[in-house]
Amino acid sequence: MLELKDISFKRDNKVILDHINLTLEDDLFYCITGPNGSGKSTLAKIIMGLVTPDSGTILYNGEDITNLSVDERAKLGIGFAFQTPVTFKGLTVYDILKIATKKELNKKDACDILSKVGLCAKEYIDRELNNSLSGGELKRIEIATIIARCPNVSIFDEPEAGIDLWSFKYLTGIFKEIGTKKKGTTIVISHQERILSIADVIILLESGKIKDVGTKDTLLTSLLNFDCPKGGNHESN
Amino acid sequence: MNQTDKELLKEVNDSFTENAEVYNIRKNGESIERKVNSYINIVTKEDKSGIDIYVKENTLFGIVHIPVIITESGLTDVVYNDFHIGKNANVIIFAGCGIHNDEHKDSEHDGIHRFYLEEGAKVKYVEKHYGEGVGSGKKILNPTTEIYMKDSSSMTMDSVQIKGVDNTIRITKAELGASATLEISEKILTTGSGTAKTEFVVNLNGENASVHVTSRSVAEGSSYQEFVSNITGNTKCYAHVECDAIMKEKGQIKAIPEIYAKDLDANLIHEAAIGKIAGEQLNKLMTLGLNESEAEEVIIKGFLK
Repeated sequence: MLELKDISFKRDNKVILDHINLTLEDDLFYCITGPNGSGKSTLAKIIMGLVTPDSGTILYNGEDITNLSVDERAKLGIGFAFQTPVTFKGLTVYDILKIATKKELNKKDACDILSKVGLCAKEYIDRELNNSLSGGELKRIEIATIIARCPNVSIFDEPEAGIDLWSFKYLTGIFKEIGTKKKGTTIVISHQERILSIADVIILLESGKIKDVGTKDTLLTSLLNFDCPKGGNHESN
Repeated sequence: MNQTDKELLKEVNDSFTENAEVYNIRKNGESIERKVNSYINIVTKEDKSGIDIYVKENTLFGIVHIPVIITESGLTDVVYNDFHIGKNANVIIFAGCGIHNDEHKDSEHDGIHRFYLEEGAKVKYVEKHYGEGVGSGKKILNPTTEIYMKDSSSMTMDSVQIKGVDNTIRITKAELGASATLEISEKILTTGSGTAKTEFVVNLNGENASVHVTSRSVAEGSSYQEFVSNITGNTKCYAHVECDAIMKEKGQIKAIPEIYAKDLDANLIHEAAIGKIAGEQLNKLMTLGLNESEAEEVIIKGFLK
């Protein structure tokens, strides 16, 4: 169980997160959504330790992890898929999967992981993680690192950002599978209805505060039908 | 060869075994072992120190090892090696130099290698430089490589210098005929107060000649590196030079690119990127459980792989 207690974060005198209190249970699939600039990605990064909050406490299975480094949290079982995947000159797809997994990884196992994210393993396993790969390919490989690592808490920061339609279709399939298995806590930052509809719990963040928490049956319906303040109805895509 | 010699040899050429068909081992300025076959001959130069390597035309899968080891402190070894690669011959050449210096005097090896490739010849040239020893004497390596390529010949040159060399000036010059292709990959790591200067001068003289230079280097400690490339396209041709460098601590790196297109159809590209390890790369690896110094090591090892 992950508990965020009274988390606040300011940047350039702007309140990004305002006294957030949140409990994330084991084996549930959470989607954090909200308008741009509502603090979603910052919240995700604070859980991973990539951003340090100005105040507040983070407890993981009762242990205070607020002051632990990123790698210490990773070793405790927290994983993070970046919104913009990082490229590395010289490191191959196989190299990054070997680093991600906590045990020995042979090429066959690595290929199986790549197949799960819809990549033809033979074509990709020895490719360098550089910009010769498309945004969609890099995103799938980023997700593959989480599958390889198999953390207790998996955080995906806007997995749909910057990918093509075909990759997106595949992506929703991957999250559906993760949702069905319900092993560990999954936290996905997303705007996409198809991903929100897989979640057990949807958390709506607005202006750095939790505005609402609900299920897809309650919250998603109201999110899809809310009135735009500037007039007209919001249309989901 | 004693144990130190064997270990040094393994560092610079781990593919060498006693079963190798063609080789010339040079130690402290003298050839100490040599073997040739009916396709590849090695002859000692009479006017200066060095050898001529003759590869007969149409030779297939030829493999030549010409490692150099220096264990004598204070020695400056200058050697001229000329490679004459016959028409349509296909050969792999393993070169390299290892210096072991436990004393206070500097040890230096200046290898001047000239390659003459006839039409259709193919060469893969692998060169590794390495230094070791506890003495205060410097380990200095200054290789000069000149490549003369006739029509439709091709050459791949992989050079690596990632440990123990204090100072180096590396000069590579090439003249390419029509449809000749040259690929150069260079990996350099400098540490402490070491310096490395590397210079590429390539003239693309024949139509459809192409060159691709990839340089990846890391400057640690207070070391200094300089990368100079000077590519001239005299006709319809293609050149791509990539210089990527990472700095750590107080390392400094300078890149001086020069591309000169003398023909409307010359397509010349130079890319250079110098900087410290990107924070997001460290972050990504730390989310996978590596601490900061482990992450740095993985990034640099991969970069210089």
